[in-house]
Amino acid sequence: MDSILKMSMVKVQELTKVFNGLEAVKKISFTIEEGEIFGLLGPNGAGKTTTISILSTLLSPTYGTAWINGHNVITDPDGVRKSIGVVFQDPSLDDELTAYENMDFHGRMYRLPRSERKKKIEEMLTLVDLWNRKDDLVKTFSGGMKRRLELARGLLHSPKVLFLDEPTLGLDPQTRRHIWEYIERLNRDVGITIILTTHYMEEADKLCDRVAIMDADKIIAMDTPENLKNLIRGDLVIVKGNNAGKLKLISETIEWVRFIGAHDGMVTFSVDEAEKRIANLIIMAHEAGVQVDSIQIRRATLEDVFLHFTGRNLRAEKSNGIEKMRMAWRAMRR
Amino acid sequence: MEVVYTLWLRSIKRYVRSKSRLIGSLGMPFFFLAILGMGLNSLFTVPGYGKGYMAFITPGVVAMTILFTSMFSGIQVVWDKRFGFLKETLVAPVKRTEIMLGQTFGGATVALIQGLLILSLSYFLGVHFSLMSFLIALPYMVLTGISFTALGIAFASQMEDMHGFQLIINFIVFPVFFLSGALFPLEGLPSWLRNLALADPLTYGVEGMRFGLLGVSQISPVTSIVVLTSFSFATVLVGGFLFSRIRL
Repeated sequence: MDSILKMSMVKVQELTKVFNGLEAVKKISFTIEEGEIFGLLGPNGAGKTTTISILSTLLSPTYGTAWINGHNVITDPDGVRKSIGVVFQDPSLDDELTAYENMDFHGRMYRLPRSERKKKIEEMLTLVDLWNRKDDLVKTFSGGMKRRLELARGLLHSPKVLFLDEPTLGLDPQTRRHIWEYIERLNRDVGITIILTTHYMEEADKLCDRVAIMDADKIIAMDTPENLKNLIRGDLVIVKGNNAGKLKLISETIEWVRFIGAHDGMVTFSVDEAEKRIANLIIMAHEAGVQVDSIQIRRATLEDVFLHFTGRNLRAEKSNGIEKMRMAWRAMRR
Repeated sequence: MEVVYTLWLRSIKRYVRSKSRLIGSLGMPFFFLAILGMGLNSLFTVPGYGKGYMAFITPGVVAMTILFTSMFSGIQVVWDKRFGFLKETLVAPVKRTEIMLGQTFGGATVALIQGLLILSLSYFLGVHFSLMSFLIALPYMVLTGISFTALGIAFASQMEDMHGFQLIINFIVFPVFFLSGALFPLEGLPSWLRNLALADPLTYGVEGMRFGLLGVSQISPVTSIVVLTSFSFATVLVGGFLFSRIRL
């Protein structure tokens, strides 16, 4: 293994996966340094889970390769497996076992010696505040508790890299914030490298040191959340009016207004020094014959970055059938 | 070994906690034994077997219990595939064959326990046998359990859907059971039926157990143990191969 590859904790090179002639992931490349929280952000079907599956050796790539902690995912899957912990998108606990037994099963699978196993299980269950529930069957746990247990389990064998595939999907906002706190605490206290996938903007913005925005099998932008948001100059002005087409034309005549995207009858512009110029903008819209119903000014979010690159709204993406079934299923199991 | 033991332990824990599974799967063999056995006991005795029909079918019903329990234990694999737990085992740095062996021994142990429960029930229904005869029958019970659990896992590793799995297993389990000579002696069968019975691996399990428990069998116990051992190796190999090819 050459030394350059060993320097990064994760190195992904032109990774490609083709399913029945359809490209799920197309030549994606990135590197992640030790201790980073790296986010793969994108709508459903962008190839995030496929990427995670390849990196965790559940799928083999059609083309390209990746190294984790210096181990190649194709030629040394066992080395990779020892270096990683995975929390899958769907729960992967045994409901009929207790929290402790699930942890113990995991510890034995990773061949932790008995004394270390006991010590680490207590440490990890305490970390996610589940030690007092250790002897309860997992089927009695709420969705959030299951998530926390899976986090604890993923860390039990002290992996170098932790994969979190949609860690807060299907959880209520309060539980989601709790999970965020746990993830931040893990990264801070254990110093572990984390790769997470999400289609929640706030999640990527809040947690990640760096974010790769994926859309339709490719990475379309990759940087710190701050830098990504700075790609959009100025503030965002969202105008709702009776003629989106004419509104759009305004941005072509004035240099301090740039068109970002349009959806649901609303047009998003980025405007330099928006507070000062907002009145001007309304007058111009009025002169162009557009009646403005509402107007909103705010700072750019990653959502707008996605809109900027794809012309589509991430949130507006309808969840597909499988997603809906999965959510219903989760709700049922809780 | 640690991995095999871990998976075995999980099967046992799940079994012990699932009372409905325990009782439910004993129902049918119990009725066979109590109703069919008792009902026909006074009617006739099978020639060559002194002890009556009830005693005659006891080994057969024990074999049936083991067959059903072990084949259906493959559903654990389908279940784990469906509800994600299999992923947890597949990303661990362990060999797939270790996972499969753990599942096989776990399922076989559960099947053996169920078989022993039926055997002790038969004791209360008046079928008596010595400890020695039990010890002779035991290896046949163990091998029957291992081979059919492995076969169940082989099917399970190819399937995604639990109902489908149950249908397929029912489709296999009933002819295997009825052809095995569990309920009737092989002697005096028309030759085509006899040949089918001899092609059925369970026949050798039933005959081996019958030799142990009743001291009489139509197939030599040596032949039975050789056939059953070979069948176990074959099913474990095939099951292990198919299991290690599972893709999620």
